Amino acid sequence: MAITPRVVALTLVAAVSTGIGTWLAVRYMAPPQALRPGATAGVQPGAVEGRRIKATLYYIAADGLRLQAAERDVAYAEGTPEQAKRILEALLAPPPPGLVTAIPPDTALRGVYLGEGGAAYVDFTTPLRANHPGGSLNEILTVYAIVSSVTTNLPAVTAVQILIDGHEADTLAGHVDLRRPLPPSSPWTEKGPA
Amino acid sequence: MRSRAARVAVIAALIASAALALQAQSPRAAAPYSAVAVDGRRPVAASTVGDQEFLRLDDLAALLKVSVREDRAGNALTLTHGSTTVVLSLDQGLASIGGRLLSLSSPPLRDGSRWLVAPDVVVKALSLAAETRLEVRRASRLVVIGDARVPRVTVRQEAAGAGTRVSVDLSPRTNYTVTQEPRRLVVKLEADAIDAAGLGGSQGLVESVTTGDPATLTIHLAPGFASFRSAAVPLDAASSRLVIDLLQAGAVAPPSPTQGPPPAQPPTPPAMSSGDVPALGPPQAPALRTIVIDPGHGGDELGARGPAGTYEKDLTLDVARRLKASIEGRLGIRVLLTRDEDRLVPLDERASIANNNKADLFLSIHANASPRPDARGAEVFYLSLDGYGDEARKMAESPQGTALPALGGGSREIALILWEMAQARHLAESAVLAGFIEEELRRRVEMSARPIQQAPFRVLVSANMPAVLVEMAFLSNAQQETQLGTDEFKNQVAQSLYDAIVRYRARIETPPARRRP
Repeated sequence: MAITPRVVALTLVAAVSTGIGTWLAVRYMAPPQALRPGATAGVQPGAVEGRRIKATLYYIAADGLRLQAAERDVAYAEGTPEQAKRILEALLAPPPPGLVTAIPPDTALRGVYLGEGGAAYVDFTTPLRANHPGGSLNEILTVYAIVSSVTTNLPAVTAVQILIDGHEADTLAGHVDLRRPLPPSSPWTEKGPA
Repeated sequence: MRSRAARVAVIAALIASAALALQAQSPRAAAPYSAVAVDGRRPVAASTVGDQEFLRLDDLAALLKVSVREDRAGNALTLTHGSTTVVLSLDQGLASIGGRLLSLSSPPLRDGSRWLVAPDVVVKALSLAAETRLEVRRASRLVVIGDARVPRVTVRQEAAGAGTRVSVDLSPRTNYTVTQEPRRLVVKLEADAIDAAGLGGSQGLVESVTTGDPATLTIHLAPGFASFRSAAVPLDAASSRLVIDLLQAGAVAPPSPTQGPPPAQPPTPPAMSSGDVPALGPPQAPALRTIVIDPGHGGDELGARGPAGTYEKDLTLDVARRLKASIEGRLGIRVLLTRDEDRLVPLDERASIANNNKADLFLSIHANASPRPDARGAEVFYLSLDGYGDEARKMAESPQGTALPALGGGSREIALILWEMAQARHLAESAVLAGFIEEELRRRVEMSARPIQQAPFRVLVSANMPAVLVEMAFLSNAQQETQLGTDEFKNQVAQSLYDAIVRYRARIETPPARRRP
């Protein structure tokens, strides 16, 4: 094929549009799955207007020694990280009457990320650690209220790692090892002796 | 004249015999008694008249703040203390108190300006006047006043394997500490005095046993003594036996003192001075030599806080110190604390202290909290491998190590330890230890509805030895916060942990074949 001015022009147009397309894709497309935030402030990607689901959330049982499940209406969202975010935001909201939350006051959610092998990384603000009242059991209940509320409702998530201000945390109050994603632990959510 | 001389002789003989009789009846000083009260001990003079022993009333009366007054007619002594009055007849063995008559072995005797009384007068009459319990123990020459604790102590020595076993019977049961000093062991009894019924003689590694004030037994050691261990076993409802095994340098330890008489000893390896490092040889028999106690939190990390403001970090250090004193004093096991002051120690460092000191046991002490103020009771935790992955589970299932090919063919078990999760190898033993602790705590303190649990605790996962975390009570419960502040509760927790350690030591120092299922 002879190289005509027309071919050159077409090639240039194609090259430029490929470049622009690539730049646009890099600039605006979602990050890879492993690092994709569930939501950014003020925007609700994945949220579906008005639609709600029933989710099982965990609160502190009356005996103070374990967690108790409660059904709550939670906003529906497309995709696992977005739905995890809605579930955790509901967990951070004031608890239903008669139940006590395991989450320290003023805690907010910064983001939810999905990793490999069914692990979810849930990133909270500093008050989750700074306002924690301490005590082994208290800490266990906080950690597993978060872990179980995510894994129970989202079968794709098998373990949850808690981050604080975007960083890996050792513990919340000096006891529970948070350096790895934690699977749910049934002893803390099962019904106690009658 | 003859008859006059005979009369004089008869009179002289009568005077002489009367003098002899008088001499026989005059008091002779005897070894003094000691009056033991809660606040100390003081001497009480004693005398013998005929074949009966008397105590000096004035000494005891002064101690008991009882006034002694002879009536004008000279036929009675009045003992007065506050509004209580006891009248002792000087003619016959009788006392009168509030119109009631008491029969006594003999009346008080005059000794110059003082008065002597028989022991039963002290026990029956003086005690009524002073309104306190008085007990006279003749053999040990003690007068026990009020609530003073004076256990009867009988010490025996016998050969036990290559060492010597010292048995100390204590009645009633008495707490004690054993500490090692150069060339002697000092047994301090929680008592105001010792009523020593027998101290045994020289035997094996024991040169002698002596008593000291206020309630101390000193075992003087012969050359060749290397170490000791001690344990208490109940004898009956009221008395207990402290068994101290003294081990000869280089000898193999007999089984725990609580395990009954020692069996025939295996051949004794050559004696080794304490500074020697053994060359490569057969592995040492399993034993509990070092324990690391970890008082939870510290410094800026306060831990849980009670409604009245009690900090968890202060309670954990307090109980850890009590437990350390009790183990070191009574078991002769080395105890290290991860912190002995109010400072923050990172979690990794706590396990490292145990690993680097080759501790045989790691015990982390905490106080719990729940958002529900009603939650109460002690809880015992050991590690859960949740979240630590398959590698940790493999380590737990094959705690001996991994089979690796060896030079010259075959394979050899090598302990490849992933330090970060060293605890996985010890999970089964940690569960046993947790069980002992739960059982011993249950005897003394309230347990939670979930007394034994597993959790992925950061401080336990790196510990390369059996490791347990104990939550003594719920600090978030106002009532339990008050309990946690008392010496009694803290001592009960420390004693429970001590008892569990004694049981665990008996377990690991007994070959598996001899263990009860």
